[in-house]
Amino acid sequence: MDLSELYRDVIVDHNRNPRNFRPMPGADSHAEGFNPLCGDRLTLFVKLDGDRISDVSFQGSGCAISVASASLLTESVKGRTVAEAERLFATMHALLTRSDATVDVAALGKLGALSGVREFPARVKCASLCWHTLDAALHRKSVPVRTE
Amino acid sequence: MSAAPHTALAARSVQVPLDVAAIRLEFPVLAQSVRGKPLAYLDNAASSQRPQVVIDTISRYYETTHANVHRGVHTLSQQATDLFEGAREKLRRFVNARSTREVVFVRGTTEAINLVAQSYARPRLQSGDEILISWLEHHANIVPWQMVCEQTGAQLRVIPMTRRGEVDFAAFKSLLTARTRLLALTHVSNALGTIVPVQHFIAEAHRRGVPVLLDGAQAVPHLAVDVQALDCDFYCFSGHKMCGPTGIGVLYGRESLLAAMPPWQGGGDMILAVSFERTIYNDLPYKFEAGTPHISGAIGLGRAVDYLQALGLDRIAAAEHDLLEYATSRLAVVPGLEIVGTAPEKAAVVSFTVQGIHPHDLGTILDSEGVAIRTGHHCAMPVMEFYGIPATARASFAFYNTRAEIDRLVDALALAREVLG
Repeated sequence: MDLSELYRDVIVDHNRNPRNFRPMPGADSHAEGFNPLCGDRLTLFVKLDGDRISDVSFQGSGCAISVASASLLTESVKGRTVAEAERLFATMHALLTRSDATVDVAALGKLGALSGVREFPARVKCASLCWHTLDAALHRKSVPVRTE
Repeated sequence: MSAAPHTALAARSVQVPLDVAAIRLEFPVLAQSVRGKPLAYLDNAASSQRPQVVIDTISRYYETTHANVHRGVHTLSQQATDLFEGAREKLRRFVNARSTREVVFVRGTTEAINLVAQSYARPRLQSGDEILISWLEHHANIVPWQMVCEQTGAQLRVIPMTRRGEVDFAAFKSLLTARTRLLALTHVSNALGTIVPVQHFIAEAHRRGVPVLLDGAQAVPHLAVDVQALDCDFYCFSGHKMCGPTGIGVLYGRESLLAAMPPWQGGGDMILAVSFERTIYNDLPYKFEAGTPHISGAIGLGRAVDYLQALGLDRIAAAEHDLLEYATSRLAVVPGLEIVGTAPEKAAVVSFTVQGIHPHDLGTILDSEGVAIRTGHHCAMPVMEFYGIPATARASFAFYNTRAEIDRLVDALALAREVLG
């Protein structure tokens, strides 16, 4: 496996300049995710307009994969309905974990840059942490999310 | 006159360095490629590798000798018992315990500490009593004490650490009080490599009548350990960090203390006689070895001791110290790199961070170059918290590592900066 398959330009860019990396006063919901093995930690904030995610942001610290994945997540779910975000979560989960998954990577846009992570099993949890955390925020789960 | 040959021998063994090229051939795992590059295994603080003689000893035991120990009158059982107890004697000599009654086989350091927590500490502790540990401890020397505190109402007290990664001796003295019942201290920090001057702590604790347990997982075999010279009361270590098998380790305990402790687990082998009314426990050390032990593990560990002693612990220490100094000097000039833990006395462990690159990304990028290091909190989250960092990258060396492998580590760090910098 080539290293450049993992650290694609989109990932490096979103790690260096994470989008929507800010706290959100007045968020409707937030959840914490953390990766005890790595020390990745993030808080995800969500603002809802009815059933639609009107704003989403995150804060925290972690490796390039976890930061870029969270940054890409915020860009891709903003404006979507909760149900759409949940479907995207399922798709991302399949993309990251199932080698036999029939995921249309091209249709995922920038999120498709994470497809290389599957070849690095030790890093899958870095990429999926933010998605589990989003799921918790949307369902207002009070227990911190962990991917171990 | 009679002392002269010994002195000469000792001096010569220090002067003649290890033949690392020949030694590497004895470790089959080192000869492979990882991701198309020759393996540079720099994760020895997590687990060392094994020489062929240890692997062969275990294979041969299963091929020719295996039977249960301490049970049969048949030939194989007696041979297996001889090998198993022979290994115990090797381990006794290795740490210079007074007798094999003080050498208890356990699964590893973690189990040894839990045994002492549950069998020594728990029956003695009361509300208001205190157990003292240090900020440098591995989770295995924190959590068992938290559990026993929860069970007894005792309090856990933590000796602070210094910026360089030392245990603060002055603070220790002030924390040592009439309420202190036990000091549980690491001998060598796994996260930072600090060698703790444990003899000073032990002397001070003993002046107050406080027994001392040492977590020796990282000390053995990087330094010669003599439990009588240290005068510690318990010493815990694992086989897999000293070229032995996983799943086997040793609890050394002062005989008078072990004798007074109740068994930890009940079962076969730890009894002399059982009836439904009354069970008579076996003698030391068997009282603490319920069930069929890890026979092949103990025998393999005994062979690892032979191997290490044949190389010479002084020569091993010299080789590893050379690697530590070389790695420290080379890493110190890598742009953005900061070494975490700069105590004056260190084992061959270098923990570090690189500005702008998370340790996990370093770990993956280095792996793509065949360089295996550990990244994360190293089961020492309080140490990470002390420095305000989530994790470090850690390179840890054994006597079979080379300067060339350290060069490859430094080169791979340059690649990491190219990819992510």
